[in-house]
Amino acid sequence: MRILVCIKSIQNPEIAASVFRVDEARKEVIPLDGLPLVTSPFDEQAIEAALRIRDRGQECRISVISFGPASSKAAIKRALSMGADDAIQVMDTGLEQADSATTARVLAKVIQHAGPFDLILAGRQAADWDAGIVGCGIAELLHMPIVTFAYALEVTGARVVVERVLDDGTETVEAPMPCVVTISNELGEPRKATLKETMRAAKKPIEVATAESADVDSSKLRAEQEHMRARVGLYVPRKESKCDLISGATAEEIARQAISKLAASKLI
Amino acid sequence: MPTDSKKPAGVLVIGEMEDGAPSSLVLELLGLARRLLDGNGPASVLVLGQSGVTLTSALIAAGADRVYVAPGDARDVYASDVWLAALHGVLASVTPDLVLVGHTSLGAELAPRLAFRLGAAVATGCEALAWEDGHLMATRPCFGHKAREVIGLRTQPAIATVRARASDPLRLDASRVGDVVTISMDPPDTASTPCVTARARENRSDGIPLEKAKVVVAGGRGLGGPEGFSELARLAERIGGVVGASRVACDLGWCPRSWQIGLTGKTVTPSLYIAVGISGASHHMAGCGNSGAILAINSDPEAAIFKEARFGIVGDYKQILPVLVDQLARFKSQQPVTGGDAAVASR
Repeated sequence: MRILVCIKSIQNPEIAASVFRVDEARKEVIPLDGLPLVTSPFDEQAIEAALRIRDRGQECRISVISFGPASSKAAIKRALSMGADDAIQVMDTGLEQADSATTARVLAKVIQHAGPFDLILAGRQAADWDAGIVGCGIAELLHMPIVTFAYALEVTGARVVVERVLDDGTETVEAPMPCVVTISNELGEPRKATLKETMRAAKKPIEVATAESADVDSSKLRAEQEHMRARVGLYVPRKESKCDLISGATAEEIARQAISKLAASKLI
Repeated sequence: MPTDSKKPAGVLVIGEMEDGAPSSLVLELLGLARRLLDGNGPASVLVLGQSGVTLTSALIAAGADRVYVAPGDARDVYASDVWLAALHGVLASVTPDLVLVGHTSLGAELAPRLAFRLGAAVATGCEALAWEDGHLMATRPCFGHKAREVIGLRTQPAIATVRARASDPLRLDASRVGDVVTISMDPPDTASTPCVTARARENRSDGIPLEKAKVVVAGGRGLGGPEGFSELARLAERIGGVVGASRVACDLGWCPRSWQIGLTGKTVTPSLYIAVGISGASHHMAGCGNSGAILAINSDPEAAIFKEARFGIVGDYKQILPVLVDQLARFKSQQPVTGGDAAVASR
């Protein structure tokens, strides 16, 4: 079977709020000097999900696809070093401002050309804009069923059994393939690249796709995006820190003070 | 119906149920719909598989002018598939300017799917909505809750998923009038769509969901292991609270994953949030930042949580918590007895 994992290269989402800055006029995040881009963590877990399917003995070819700037190649290399077999890097200077909907439209087109795939995996959302739109969009545009927020997958014949997270519990869902599954953080830690796999990765093929090669009219997509949706602001909410630090010589003294302060504020 | 291009003409709310009654989020969405409509109409709500005058009058009292009832049953069928089928039935006859969906595990999937099916624009996880110059302006957290973006949606309809507690429900008004419309729908084809084979609901022994708790005691990586949660449970029991956790603690398997509070977990708004061994990463604050007050206990004086907390204790929770639990017991025994429902937030 063929599995495709959609990955996005993003600025490190773990950077502290104290050094996080945005350019309000350009409505963009200001990158930190010298800090390399990372693979969106949910997407890394999607790669892990694909590799676990293979670990259980399913014969499969695992491909990754990434749409973004040329620098996305590092994320692709990391995916290949984790164990993916090949990759498609989608780049187009005419689509640098693509939003989630446009990204889904471009990816769907490229996937149509590169496929067919039995299973398309993606992170539940990209850890930069946190929108969770692209996976759903690919499924709708390719007329495939989708299961979101998965934390475990098992392929049985032509179906995939997915355990997914709900607000008040979990559910087990069986879906016919081909289908799209988005992966949530509950899946667990992705594996690290091994030296052996990293050496092999250097020889794994990375195909480059453009809007043109995928029959995408980038100026038309751009115009349609502008017509539908526009980011009109980006800011960091201001917060005033006024923490009342409770200190004391002993734990008893600290606890006594804490209780009296909470009681004074009618919190207990 | 009055028309005014500065206000939306028609808002459709997705009526997710909770134990057979409208969820608190649906009531908030109806309140939000009415405020955005600002006298325009109608505010309608779609419910699935359930009807009955108790339910429909509750929705009308909460602000709905019209309740669409679809016969579907989402128990065995994959939820967003059956909702999409029902929406297809409603949208064949009405054209709202805005579709409001709760940002739940259902809504977060349903809204983007609906958007692509209709060719409409969508904004997910919004915390504020406004109608300006005939368009929806949606404010939503991004970059792990560190930033907010404002997006203008220019399609008809515009679709937005809205977070819990982003908006207040209306005061219930039993004298409001509205109509009930039963719609027909083609149930999704189970051969080509996912089907649900098992569903496990989380049942907490104390019965109070995290989202409704008045006091939440949450633990993170700083607990050092699953044992820490039993200490948190003792504290929670003492002050009528519910135990929650950060994503790291859940991912490490120290507690059930349904305890997770944050960007990809639950959003809680207790009057008191006690964060133990939680560093205070933005994605965690996304789930608890609107608490009445935060008491942070952390051994790292530089932890970001102290920038968010109203009260802070720098120190080892293993030394502080047992003493705090003991002293709380003594404190409580000196207090007059209050009603038994103190643990449930009143809103």
